[in-house]
Amino acid sequence: MNRRDRFSTSFAQADRLLLWIYFILTLVGWLNIYSAVYDESHHSIFDMQVNYGRQLVWILTSYLLVAMVMISDSRFYSTFAYIIYFLVLILLVAVIFIGKEVSGSKSWIQYGAFQIQPAEFAKLSTSLGLAAWLGNIKRRFEDFSTQLVAYLMIFIPAVLILAQKETGSALVFASFILVLYREGMSGLILIIGLVSAVLFVLALLVNKYVLISLIALLLSVGWFYLKRHRKKISIWLVLAAFVVSSVFVFSVDYVFDRVLQPHQKTRINVLLGKEVDLKGAGYNVHQSMIAIGSGGFWGKGYMKGTQTKYNYVPEQSTDFIFCTIGEEWGFVGSLAIIGLYVVLIYRLMQLAERQRTPFSRIYGYCVAVIFFFHMAINIGMTIGLLPVIGIPLPFLSYGGSSMWAFTLLLFIFIKLDAHRHEYV
Amino acid sequence: MPVTQLSQQRKFAQRRYVLSGIVVVVAAIYLLKIFFMQVVSDKYKILSDSNVRRVVTIYPARGLILDRKGRKLVANEEAYDLMVIPRQVQNLDTAELCRLLDIDRKTFEARMKKAKDFSRYKASPFVEQIDKETYGFLQEKMYKFQGFYVQNRTLRKYPFPVAAHTLGYVGEVNPGEIAADPYYKMGDYIGKSGLEKFYETQLRGVKGEKIVLVDVFNREKGSFENGKYDKPQKPGLDLETSIDLDLQLLGEKLMQNKRGSIVALEPATGEILAIVSSPAYDPNLLVGRVRGANFNKLSRDPLKPLFNRAIQATYSPGSTFKLINALVGLQTSAITRDSRFSCQGKGSVPIACSHSHYSPLELIGAIEQSCNPYFWGVFRTTLQKTSEGDIHKGYNIWRNHVMSLGFGQAFESDIPNQAKGNIPSSNYYDRYFGPKGWNSLTIRSLSIGQGEILVTPLQLANQAAVIANRGYYFPPHVVRKINGVPTKWPRKQSSIDPRHFETIIEGMYEVFQGASGTARWYRLENIEACGKTGTVQNPHGKDHSLFIAFAPAQKPTIAIAVVVENAGFGATWAVPIASLMMEQYLTGEVKRTELLEKMSNANLL
Repeated sequence: MNRRDRFSTSFAQADRLLLWIYFILTLVGWLNIYSAVYDESHHSIFDMQVNYGRQLVWILTSYLLVAMVMISDSRFYSTFAYIIYFLVLILLVAVIFIGKEVSGSKSWIQYGAFQIQPAEFAKLSTSLGLAAWLGNIKRRFEDFSTQLVAYLMIFIPAVLILAQKETGSALVFASFILVLYREGMSGLILIIGLVSAVLFVLALLVNKYVLISLIALLLSVGWFYLKRHRKKISIWLVLAAFVVSSVFVFSVDYVFDRVLQPHQKTRINVLLGKEVDLKGAGYNVHQSMIAIGSGGFWGKGYMKGTQTKYNYVPEQSTDFIFCTIGEEWGFVGSLAIIGLYVVLIYRLMQLAERQRTPFSRIYGYCVAVIFFFHMAINIGMTIGLLPVIGIPLPFLSYGGSSMWAFTLLLFIFIKLDAHRHEYV
Repeated sequence: MPVTQLSQQRKFAQRRYVLSGIVVVVAAIYLLKIFFMQVVSDKYKILSDSNVRRVVTIYPARGLILDRKGRKLVANEEAYDLMVIPRQVQNLDTAELCRLLDIDRKTFEARMKKAKDFSRYKASPFVEQIDKETYGFLQEKMYKFQGFYVQNRTLRKYPFPVAAHTLGYVGEVNPGEIAADPYYKMGDYIGKSGLEKFYETQLRGVKGEKIVLVDVFNREKGSFENGKYDKPQKPGLDLETSIDLDLQLLGEKLMQNKRGSIVALEPATGEILAIVSSPAYDPNLLVGRVRGANFNKLSRDPLKPLFNRAIQATYSPGSTFKLINALVGLQTSAITRDSRFSCQGKGSVPIACSHSHYSPLELIGAIEQSCNPYFWGVFRTTLQKTSEGDIHKGYNIWRNHVMSLGFGQAFESDIPNQAKGNIPSSNYYDRYFGPKGWNSLTIRSLSIGQGEILVTPLQLANQAAVIANRGYYFPPHVVRKINGVPTKWPRKQSSIDPRHFETIIEGMYEVFQGASGTARWYRLENIEACGKTGTVQNPHGKDHSLFIAFAPAQKPTIAIAVVVENAGFGATWAVPIASLMMEQYLTGEVKRTELLEKMSNANLL
């Protein structure tokens, strides 16, 4: 096939639903950024001095990227997956040395007027790498070595990103656990993960001895219950669970005090209601909740949000873009946006399942869970359900690197899906 | 693919339901929470309504302008501007607001439209400079006027209505000034002339910004984010001028109902002690809301009170310039103090003498007597000696010497808009007469300070200072300290040797102290002064009366120039005024009250 044919076949075969969602989200994103930063002193929508002017450029260049992905050979991605993975890894290391510091995190590489954030592309490269590793038919997931390498592939870029103080982006790498679960990882790990999260929060809130007694009580009740139903369960396992959870509970303070940074501690404390700090760390969230909460059912109307208009909510065109939606479009708008994301994620999983190669399937799941985590963490933060973690809302938040990275992430899958019949 | 692995795959494929379940559950929880926030609870709506942020500009007090003894020449006064943010205006009782502000409905609407045209989201001034009583009433009712608030400002106030031209005035920035410096926003004030203009950046300080939260009742609820985004203001710097208020007051009094000016300097430093331009105006007229109307009125006044004669009016220097010709003659060795030139009184050719005296005079006598033919002789001899056959060469040498004494140029100091005066170049005469068409005879008027030469009163005062200093000067300036830090000015050395100054000072000494000196009637008690009169013919009526002087003769602390337009002979008006000024400055009082009354009451308009 020549390039032109590849391009037209790709578009003909591309999933219509995903294309529409992508188009709608970028458009809605731009309209909201325009509303959030609109100031009558600027007139041109192409004004590169303001966010919406630049975002328009990011969106248009993203459409160019879409065309490039569509022209490309669909086999390129599986073939070069490892190379891409290592190249980005090198960039992640490089950024620690040559990176430019922007508001506390050293995660930008600048070349002339052009600057990118390798962390945004690491999600893409890790997805490709992981898909190539686990998608190899000769490999069995049950093998310890397979799993170890998979974990390392996730862990190494995550740590490098954490070193750049991009906590949010690093956290997104946890989403790959869900992909591993789909590919056969024990469900117990998910449950243990969930239990630890709950224990962590409880340990911060409740007296530790009370908490341990509660754990002991729960475990013994469970043990007796299981015994009654004649299920075989070792007493040692129960005891081990108790010891491990006790150690965990007592180490929470250490982790909290030593590992987390002061601003992260405050954010968590504010979220848990242990600190009321409406003028400091709690300010953003408080203002963000006021913005969303005051939107009502129908919203205040486009460009009529007072919270956003008067700049109450900091970073309202980037991490807090959902505020503008909540305030100006109300519950209807919030429902529509969350609905769009759910459909996007669900559709990605659905399409992933119909892939003929494990590579495409795993990659599809990676894309789905990355979008899911971004959506969940970002919106959860703006409505006060999660601590403040700065990560963008895919296709909506202002920012060139994230716009390009999300576009590539999505369209590589759309491309793979369009050509799924060409694989054996 | 082995069968077991396929079934395994199928089994794991079921896990997609777990994963999509997680997605749906999270989305559902979020939507519930959002639904609760947006639809069920109205807590956030109330918070949002009460969440009105307002950026209040904090205008720093403009720096004060003080006299040399620390007395305030320019002070500040509180003023209040009513500001409006059109987007926040709600349920406005227009009638009541109009009544309080004493404006009609039409004005109200016009101003509202202007504010909206500027910006719906940003504050713009609605009514400026509200007086204190109105402000009091308004303050009580502010809760009724959402979207309005009162901004504190300071206005200029002049405790003494003197030195208006030099101090300058402050006005609202115009679009050109905003474009030139982004520091300024609509409604800001800027120095428009004089010291206010020259020292604008020092006087204005730095504007601050305070962000306050305002509730539904238009009450301030405190600072926004603990003042994290507030910008502190920096007050303007105070200027200490060299003006002596007592001397300035006396000068303005003496010059009332006359056209002309007085400039008094401290020779050793170039500091201006008094600078009077008459007719003057009360600087308080150009403050606040009345400024525009008053400015128009003043600019239409036929007496031109806005015209700063002390630095902008140019005159022929007349006989005072004979001193300069004598200095150049001495410096070029064309004459000595003993040179004599004959005078045939009124019958002298080509320049007549205004009065008869003993002849021939030597230099000192000629200065004392102000003999015209003598100085024509000096001028002719000088050009003859220096020209060596080429009048251009000789004339240029003469001109360079004259310019080194501060003529023909504006001083590089803190006085904006000085006139340069005129010491014509040889090119000028070439154009006028042709390169070979002129010689010393053609330009003989220069010998007695008539003809094309033009000088300002400031330059005349500087001439007195250069002579008092025996050869050097500092550019005459008004400000000597900025917030206690002395200003620095470059010392200018003239091209004339100090010893030649001693010679002409002897002559100037005789003007006051000599038996036939032109200023002998106005000698100072116990203080020896030196001076030189000038009577300048002009085509617009009576002669201008000029006088330059300095005192005490040996260690001069004041140099002065007085110009009284259309007043007649120099000795009649300019001399007594200068004499009274020197008395005031050197003794701290005026004992010759009769003379003072006579001078200040005279009306020469």
